[in-house]
Amino acid sequence: MTAPAVPASSPASTGEMARIPGMKTQRNAELGLLAFAMVLVAAYGATVEASRIGEITPTFWVPAALLSILFLGLHVVVRYTAPYADPVIIPAVALINGLGVGFLRRLDIGDALSEKLPVPGIFAGIGGRQLAWTLISLILAAVLLLVVRDHKIVSRYAYTLGLTGIVLVMIPAVLPASISEVNGAKLWIRLGSFSIQPGEFAKIALVSFFAYYLVRKREVLSLASRRFLGIDFPRGRDLGPVVTVWLLSLLVLVFERDLGTALLYFGLFIVTLYVATERASWLIIGLLLFFGGVYVAYLLGASVGGPFANFYDRAQVWLNPFDNENYERLGGSYQLVQGLLSLGTGGLFGSGPGAGSPRFVPEVQNDFIFAGMGEEIGLFGLSALLVLYLLVVERGLRSALAVRDSFGKLVAGGLSFTLGLQIFVILGGITGLIPLTGQTTPFLSSGGSSLMANWLLIAMLLRISNAARGPAASGGGTDRSGGPKKAPTQLHGAMTEVIKP
Amino acid sequence: MPEFVLTVARFGFLILLWIFVFTVVGVIRRDLFAGVRSKSIVASPRGVGGAVPEGRPAKAKRGKAARQLVVTAGNLAGTRITLGEAPITIGRAEDSTLVITDDFASARHARLVPREGQWFVEDVGSTNGTYLDRGKVSGPTPVPLGVPIRIGRTSLELRP
Repeated sequence: MTAPAVPASSPASTGEMARIPGMKTQRNAELGLLAFAMVLVAAYGATVEASRIGEITPTFWVPAALLSILFLGLHVVVRYTAPYADPVIIPAVALINGLGVGFLRRLDIGDALSEKLPVPGIFAGIGGRQLAWTLISLILAAVLLLVVRDHKIVSRYAYTLGLTGIVLVMIPAVLPASISEVNGAKLWIRLGSFSIQPGEFAKIALVSFFAYYLVRKREVLSLASRRFLGIDFPRGRDLGPVVTVWLLSLLVLVFERDLGTALLYFGLFIVTLYVATERASWLIIGLLLFFGGVYVAYLLGASVGGPFANFYDRAQVWLNPFDNENYERLGGSYQLVQGLLSLGTGGLFGSGPGAGSPRFVPEVQNDFIFAGMGEEIGLFGLSALLVLYLLVVERGLRSALAVRDSFGKLVAGGLSFTLGLQIFVILGGITGLIPLTGQTTPFLSSGGSSLMANWLLIAMLLRISNAARGPAASGGGTDRSGGPKKAPTQLHGAMTEVIKP
Repeated sequence: MPEFVLTVARFGFLILLWIFVFTVVGVIRRDLFAGVRSKSIVASPRGVGGAVPEGRPAKAKRGKAARQLVVTAGNLAGTRITLGEAPITIGRAEDSTLVITDDFASARHARLVPREGQWFVEDVGSTNGTYLDRGKVSGPTPVPLGVPIRIGRTSLELRP
């Protein structure tokens, strides 16, 4: 919350936030951690080259150095626009992102060497592309931090954002399959060699819309409710818009055959409702609905087939991956089994960066990047990455607890939960805990849309954590004697409201 | 590349990875404990169970600057505002720094202003008045740490 007293007419007039002496910004801690993370990325690159090529080339440090410059740029932007933002989010995410770039470059090197080609350049192949995507993502994140000086401004555009979210989700469903379909899932816009996945961006828009709407209607939702079966149900007209938006996106996703994202939106919606109304009954309803729906779909798939057959197949693959019939079938458990074997080969400490054979796993650069990395850094290394993800999510949730306005609470809570759930869905899928659904691993998988959307998410979290940890600025009305009286700022959800003290 | 170097690189990388994780946790830990300490003060209403960590705040009362404004009673009990150099306005108006939902509070009720490290409370023409501990506030009055400012049913305190 840099300056809540932004006049509605000129949001650009928010000046740089004055640093209060004596309050810790911890920006230097962030810088130190960032340097450490980049050293790790360079070390990873060197180890990969040592074991893959047999020597450490003189340019092994270039990708790490380029990434350092990029992250340093973001760090400087944060220093000036969000000085009180959480110090560990950027370094943790930067390390994951950097290791992702390193692993993709490792795949490039492996591919080139197996075809007896020279070692590819730094900007070649998927590793180079990921580097470029990182640059674009960080620019987007910096722009978001520069433009959105106060996260409450976002609530003014909530309905626009909700509509944008829906449109983004729907675009691929409407487009012809030749443009939008990749591997059986219709969620892309492909223009030549360039493709984006609009659904990734929709989640940020939808979180903002849900948060805004629920903050406005929070009291009505929890007070004017009917009691049924011991659970309070809000009136339909209060919940209408949210349910509409959510059902629409869910239906579209099912139609696009992207169950993972559908699950993501479902969970996001339930949790936002739970946080807004403080009723655990929402979680129970949500889980019951989810498991009930899944079971019904499974039974229907077994008996009726048709649109549910795809789902039934996936469940079969999950239940019996090592079954010969499942393994041999096209689109069967081959990928899952290869991933599991890959993780198993890695064991506790892995074969060492660059010493595995990740190409046995199909799509190792996308959905199965965790399996590929797991083979090389082992359980020991993977759990470190998981702890880093966990810490990022924890910092987001803590910002949600500490920030003083309800809208910020819901947005931060929703965004960090989405991030956590996405990691759970893809990792659970790879390890066979839950049926596999296509999801990108945030910050790690190759692909621009996911990287951009998740960095935007991080920028939003940084903005909110800045508000949560920074000092309170003065209210607009009665300070500054003599000045013209400012119009009361529209603060959607009074800024000191506490959802649960 | 000799096998030995590869092994060292491989395990060295994993160890570095975990050192990074623990460094991150270390940075957070300081932050967490700062949060826990002030939270325990918030969670215990005056006189109830607040006796255990009493040693520190008592010592801190002398000479330490106020860092937080804490709502101790009323609808917003538990809210904390970190104090900077900007004045804090209190009232029911939406643009106040602390928007209190209290039937006995005016739209613009009171404000807290810092002067040379000391915070002053001032009533800005409220209907029901602002009280510092028991006394009614008529002009700008210095606010010691831990003394309740009462506005309607709401109580506020400055904390280090």
